[in-house]
Amino acid sequence: MTNTVLEASGVTMRFGGLTAVRSVDLTVSEGEIVGLIGPNGAGKTTFFNCLTGLYIPTEGKVSYKGSVLPPKPHLVTQAGMARTFQNIRLFANMTVLENVLVGRHTRTKEGLWSALLRGPGFKKAEAASEERAMELLEFIGLAHKRDHLARSLPYGEQRKLEIARALASEPGLLLLDEPTAGMNPQETRATEELVFAIRDKGIAVLVIEHDMRFIFNLCDRVAVLVQGEKLVEGTSDVVQGDERVIAAYLGTPFEGAPEDAALQEVEAAEVHAAEGSSEGNDQ
Amino acid sequence: MTDTTKTTGAPQGAQGTPVIPLPAGAARILIAVGAVATMASTMLAWTWTSEFPGDLTVTGYPAGLQLLTLTGGILTLLYALTLWNVRGLRWLNPARANGPVFLMALAAFAVTWYTVLAITIELGGLANLEPGGYVAAVASLLPVLGALALPRPGDTWKSYFAKADDIPAAHEVPAWAERIIITLCLALGLIVFTYGIGTPDDEYGETFSGFMLLVLFATWAVFAAGLTDRFSSLNARHKGFATSMAFLAAAVFPFTQSEDHNANIGVNILIFATVALGLNIVVGLTGLLDLGYVAFLGVGAYAAALVSGSEYSRFSGTQLPFWGAVLVGMAASLIFGVLIGAPTLRLRGDYLAIVTLGFGEIFRIAVNNLDGSSGPDITNGPNGIANIPDLEILGFNLGEPHVIAGFTLGRFANYFLLMLVFTAIVVLVFTRAADSRIGRSWVAIREDETAATAMGINGFRVKLVAFALGAALAGLAGTVSAHVSYSVVPTPYQFAGAAPPNSAFLLAAVVLGGMGTVSGPLLGASLLYLIPEKLSFLKNYELLAFGIALILLMRFRPEGIIANRRRQLEFHETGQLDIPEQQSLPEGTIGATKATKAGA
Repeated sequence: MTNTVLEASGVTMRFGGLTAVRSVDLTVSEGEIVGLIGPNGAGKTTFFNCLTGLYIPTEGKVSYKGSVLPPKPHLVTQAGMARTFQNIRLFANMTVLENVLVGRHTRTKEGLWSALLRGPGFKKAEAASEERAMELLEFIGLAHKRDHLARSLPYGEQRKLEIARALASEPGLLLLDEPTAGMNPQETRATEELVFAIRDKGIAVLVIEHDMRFIFNLCDRVAVLVQGEKLVEGTSDVVQGDERVIAAYLGTPFEGAPEDAALQEVEAAEVHAAEGSSEGNDQ
Repeated sequence: MTDTTKTTGAPQGAQGTPVIPLPAGAARILIAVGAVATMASTMLAWTWTSEFPGDLTVTGYPAGLQLLTLTGGILTLLYALTLWNVRGLRWLNPARANGPVFLMALAAFAVTWYTVLAITIELGGLANLEPGGYVAAVASLLPVLGALALPRPGDTWKSYFAKADDIPAAHEVPAWAERIIITLCLALGLIVFTYGIGTPDDEYGETFSGFMLLVLFATWAVFAAGLTDRFSSLNARHKGFATSMAFLAAAVFPFTQSEDHNANIGVNILIFATVALGLNIVVGLTGLLDLGYVAFLGVGAYAAALVSGSEYSRFSGTQLPFWGAVLVGMAASLIFGVLIGAPTLRLRGDYLAIVTLGFGEIFRIAVNNLDGSSGPDITNGPNGIANIPDLEILGFNLGEPHVIAGFTLGRFANYFLLMLVFTAIVVLVFTRAADSRIGRSWVAIREDETAATAMGINGFRVKLVAFALGAALAGLAGTVSAHVSYSVVPTPYQFAGAAPPNSAFLLAAVVLGGMGTVSGPLLGASLLYLIPEKLSFLKNYELLAFGIALILLMRFRPEGIIANRRRQLEFHETGQLDIPEQQSLPEGTIGATKATKAGA
């Protein structure tokens, strides 16, 4: 019924003696939103880079819709996987529209000659690209700022623009690296809706995030990465209830520890917060 | 004594404490009187001997540098009159700001005092000044003092030099009137540029120095008054028209020159500027620092020389028609570009710069050694390929003077017109490539290569296209340059030297003029060619002066003379959102070149 979009199997990434990602398997199916969480330094972004060809995995393979991806970023995007970055990497001195048009690069093919000769085909392709880009800008609500420089946008809009740029490459899978980092609760909720809207377009989403409430609201499935290894994978409830996940985030109490009581309080607070989030009330 | 911060553009001009306390009315009168006196002083004799260039000994009419002082005086008077809101002159100073008046007074002051000091120092003492010289010095000082007595535009000294605030929008005028304005501005640009090229080659470049001083401050004044902004927005509205008029103005240039020597300077400027524009694709758009770019000019020149039929050429039997030579030159440069680019473009930033620097030198040294004794005999070694015959296009021998419509076009004038066609082609290639899918991918690579590849851009391939295109354009210019200069030798194709073209000067022309624009490198190249040409007395200090000038420019205007709108924002964080008036981003149009050539 559901087709697998992304299948990563046994992805391992070593930097010298350090194993950043150890034999991680992950699948994403069509129309699914999958979350990837883990404490700082767990190897989430490294895993992302392995998926998108920025790193060449030491072992393992990544396939998209059944075909193995070559470890070159532009070929990965060409195949249909587009990503955003943890620290925003827009083309700061290009306009909003131009940023999205760059995202169209793989879906257009006008080369230097057609640019120089400016035949009817070139004009048609440029107009079509622009139309598509404007649709995307309207989708994320930045159409009125098409001629602003990307660097002059406020932070939240830069994040949105990065998503629009990725969407411009018409991906089947969108990889978001901490899309709500640095956002306030309202912006986070808006991003949540945006991700749902993207899913409704038929695009699968794989998202790294630290905001637990965001991730458990959003994702159909969550995978937890700890010290480069996948610890648990499952629905929000499964992951939230897993003791190892809590331990990975907060550490395990050892026998007779003086902070034992304090730790239990924290755990209680955590559970409470999780309940609060599932009820969906705001702070 | 609290200074108010901003000018309000109110009818009384700026509010602020004047540097010199004087009633506003008196200050204005002082400026006007000083300007008139400056103009009058140019009718007097400034010195008693004709040893000083330009013969300033005549009473009754101005000569040499006095003409420049006269121009400065007239401009100062016109700007002074804008303070009285004289009808018909308001457009000169739309905000009625005091800054432009001060700068214009400074222009007249600078050129006059420069002249007076030059007379005193060169001829050895104040005794060489006639009373007229003293009159001129005092008269030109008055408007500066008067302008300092006007309310200061802002809180600091700098505010006199800054662009006026609250410049009102220009009146709506019909499109045909706008086109006439563009035409007039370009004509003015042509006149100023022609005058600059035509300044006599004095021993110490006095006339040219005076000219540069006047033009520098006058342009600054016009910029501060907001007129350059208005002109560029006019240009943006009539882009095609402005560009064609600019080329027309350039095409008129050889007809204004009776001496072929000036046309020679002109054609060399064009060659240099065209190569700089090609480099701008690589450096300005794609962000690849190429320090060996002049080698491509050399490849083109050598390729054209080898097939030119010169008796010193290895293939002296073959004489290709010109279009064939052009294709050979471009193809050779292109291949050389790909050969160099393919291994080096995998490097980033500084590493690429070092490797290209190396390859640039390798070309020169290789050409130097391919003389038959230390290598195969191809390039004739240090002697180069001499006696390159003149081109003949459609039966039209470019080496002979031709009379067209009563004007005699000499050899260099012919080549100037030919080169102009190539410059136009390169401008067209640049603008079209920049505004396309491939151009956007170049800029994306410049902005963030990692993000660009993650967006599906094949970084290596796109960079190689930029590198090869830049190389081919330089090769194109090289084919003409071989014929213009009769011979090709290895020496000019080095990394750094005292005179263009060399890689350092090319890069400087791009950076100084404004990266990523069309008009910037053209203007930068004109300046960098003309200044060493006219100030040849600097000799050993030329590079020192050049270095100081570059440092100053990078300190005060890092985006270059003609700023790409993007760069402008990058270097001057205004906190303002960038909302253009037009739909598309105007990269400085070619039209702006001429106007600012007027400013250069």
